[in-house]
Amino acid sequence: MKFELAKTGNLLIVKVSGELDHHFADEIRIRIDSELIKPPVRDILFDFNGLSFMDSSGIGMLMGRYKKVKALGGKAWIICNNPNATRILEMSGVFQFIEKCESIHDAV
Amino acid sequence: MSESMFCDMCNSKEINRLNAEFSAKSCNEKLARSLVSAMAVQLDPTIDELSDIVTAVSEAVTNCIIHGYGKINKKKEACIIKFECILYENAIEVGITDEGCGIEDIEKAREPLYTSSPEMERSGMGFTIMESFCDGFSVQSIVGEGTEIRLFKIFGGDNLCENTTIPQ
Repeated sequence: MKFELAKTGNLLIVKVSGELDHHFADEIRIRIDSELIKPPVRDILFDFNGLSFMDSSGIGMLMGRYKKVKALGGKAWIICNNPNATRILEMSGVFQFIEKCESIHDAV
Repeated sequence: MSESMFCDMCNSKEINRLNAEFSAKSCNEKLARSLVSAMAVQLDPTIDELSDIVTAVSEAVTNCIIHGYGKINKKKEACIIKFECILYENAIEVGITDEGCGIEDIEKAREPLYTSSPEMERSGMGFTIMESFCDGFSVQSIVGEGTEIRLFKIFGGDNLCENTTIPQ
């Protein structure tokens, strides 16, 4: 798994590639949460285009971060072109809360 | 060695078998995915079929680590997950067993979005994913003794014979 964080204005961009399971979800969660407490970060964009695998641990991690940005008055977006991960996101109803978008420009 | 629950479903002979045991550590979730993948590719599945069984196994092993052994006061290295994989000519069966706390209410655990660990940000989708990604799924559990999950996936599902039944 590879994990990159970037910031532009209020937006925190989280780029994850490789395999997102429980093992790495725990690691990602800690790193994101340490950024979410730093103003002016308020919105979050997950870039999952490089993901080769995700299980339900990814859902828990996403929804937990969604709740945090919502509490900050912010918004969450996700980019994901992996069919397996997209199926799990759809089954869990994540797109009702985290808006699916095609590129980073939709969120900036 | 566990009895196969699903061999009647695929009308074919067992052709290969793998038994493994590993510690209930989260780094072994990837190991379990690699094991099932290495076995499954011998049947030349489609990418979707392979991804389905790999995801289901990942969910089952994660459950053992988080729920089965999560609240047990024992070193993770000493908590063992048993992994059994049986290959048939056109299907794969995987058994994942822990000797953890067991499940009190299996029906409730199988409900979509139900989780016993909301504080750990679990989504409650594990069993739902296992059930919907596999052609056969069973869970047996005894409180205080452990849980056994069995997953069954037919490859080339379009060629299923009409009298194939899916056990509940």
